[in-house]
Amino acid sequence: MHDVALTWRQYRLERRMFWRNPSAAFFNFLFPLLLLALFGAVFSGDRKALDVIVPGIAGMSIMATTFTALAWNVTFLREQGVLKRMRGTPLPAGVYLLGIGLNALTNAVLQLALVILAGRVFFGTGWPHDWAELAVFTAAGVVCFASLGVALSHAIPNFDSAGAYINAIFLPVIFISGVFYDVADAPAFIKDIAEALPLKHVIDGLSGALVTGRGLGDNWESLAVIGLWSAAGIVLAVRGFSWDGRRS
Amino acid sequence: MMGFHMSAAIEVRGLVKRYGEVEAVRGLDFAVARGEVFGLLGPNGAGKTTTVEILEGHRERTAGEVSVLGHDPELRERALRERVGIVLQSSGMYRHVTVREAVAHWGGFYPRPRGVDEVVELAGLTESAGVRTGRLSGGQLRRLDFALALVGDPELIFLDEPTTGFDPAARRQAWDTVRSLRDLGKTVVLTTHYLEEAQALADRVAIVKDGRILAQGPPSELGAGSSTRYRVTWRDAHGEAHDHVTDDPTALLHELTGDALARGEALEDLAVTRPSLEEVYLELTGHYEAPEARQIDA
Repeated sequence: MHDVALTWRQYRLERRMFWRNPSAAFFNFLFPLLLLALFGAVFSGDRKALDVIVPGIAGMSIMATTFTALAWNVTFLREQGVLKRMRGTPLPAGVYLLGIGLNALTNAVLQLALVILAGRVFFGTGWPHDWAELAVFTAAGVVCFASLGVALSHAIPNFDSAGAYINAIFLPVIFISGVFYDVADAPAFIKDIAEALPLKHVIDGLSGALVTGRGLGDNWESLAVIGLWSAAGIVLAVRGFSWDGRRS
Repeated sequence: MMGFHMSAAIEVRGLVKRYGEVEAVRGLDFAVARGEVFGLLGPNGAGKTTTVEILEGHRERTAGEVSVLGHDPELRERALRERVGIVLQSSGMYRHVTVREAVAHWGGFYPRPRGVDEVVELAGLTESAGVRTGRLSGGQLRRLDFALALVGDPELIFLDEPTTGFDPAARRQAWDTVRSLRDLGKTVVLTTHYLEEAQALADRVAIVKDGRILAQGPPSELGAGSSTRYRVTWRDAHGEAHDHVTDDPTALLHELTGDALARGEALEDLAVTRPSLEEVYLELTGHYEAPEARQIDA
């Protein structure tokens, strides 16, 4: 079978498995909406705060559906021995990884659509000003966080500790990167850390597309930072890839 | 030691695998002919799994030459993987797909897969075809391992301890599956620590311990090596049982029967046997306790 067809089959299997675990799928999509509802209620009527929170939650959703989901899944599949079983078949590694990457991309797009829709309906955020910018930053964010998620899975020694490793990164990053407030209002050292991390830049791009109208031309530095993290993530994801569980 | 043939499915020469200071495999030489069921038999930790995982392309060797269907498995060429089926010692499975979906998906990896229903039936999973793999029993999951390894219609199949944890009935069923593979002309490499399994299935067996091959040959002939002998048993005129192990049964029988005839006595229950594979195995792997009655003659 042609590799394109194989990628499509792997993607379809991943989608089917995703929906067959309804509680996980439900929580996956519900969690960002829940946060949006909570903060939306807190900041009710505060236009400035709402304009921060909607792109912030959108950026967090991209990270959650790619970085968190892949770090978790790849660790699980490796420790279960599914990866090793796959490796013994003729399925090319690239096809397999593309299949799970496209699955993560689909979840990111679905989640983003829900967040934008909820922002529009409940908090009066407009429709995106700049669809191209939205697409570019979504794609850049997915590539960046997906590769970093796979790279992180290599550092996680076993499935029991996966949650601790992932949250130890995910939670500080979403707090620092201005998911819930404008980083411009944060102390200088927090701002400096946020500037160095990719999520803040993904949120800046989404904010430009959804709220401020700041275009791609003005956000190229953010794209450059995301690009650097992506390059590092891809190198680490590919080089450290382990098909075999390190069972003790 | 042995001739390597053009028709060999697998050729291994001087295979060494080191993990840091530990030498798990210390210079193995063997060949597996096409269409043969070859057994690697040995205690846990003997180096069997390391050896097959090198042949499968899952591990890299430290030294030696390895050829699998004419390929170096370390290069992990797709053309080779399309011709090989693997049942790992343990491996997990996606929990949210059904048996039939899993077999169909795996079949898609291969250029000329077998029919999904046919493979499901061969593995004895027809009644569970619509069940999600997360709900299968351990034995059913093991049969799914077989199905996924066979759906690509491979020429060569690796089975790493395929029946560990099976009840006797399930084991017989798995044996029938392996025999059906041989009938189809497939080459099978099997590791096991069950003697009866090696004896029941393998055309040839290599006994492995501490990373070395201690003996190899057809299970029925393994007793014929230099370290193993013929056993001659009988009861004398007083009904006392005798049990002699000898390299030269002809001379012993001549002496015994000559004496008996001279005294006009009968030798009840006179028998000459080869040591069983189990005795050879236990002797070679150092677990054999010589029975009290056993005397080693010249």
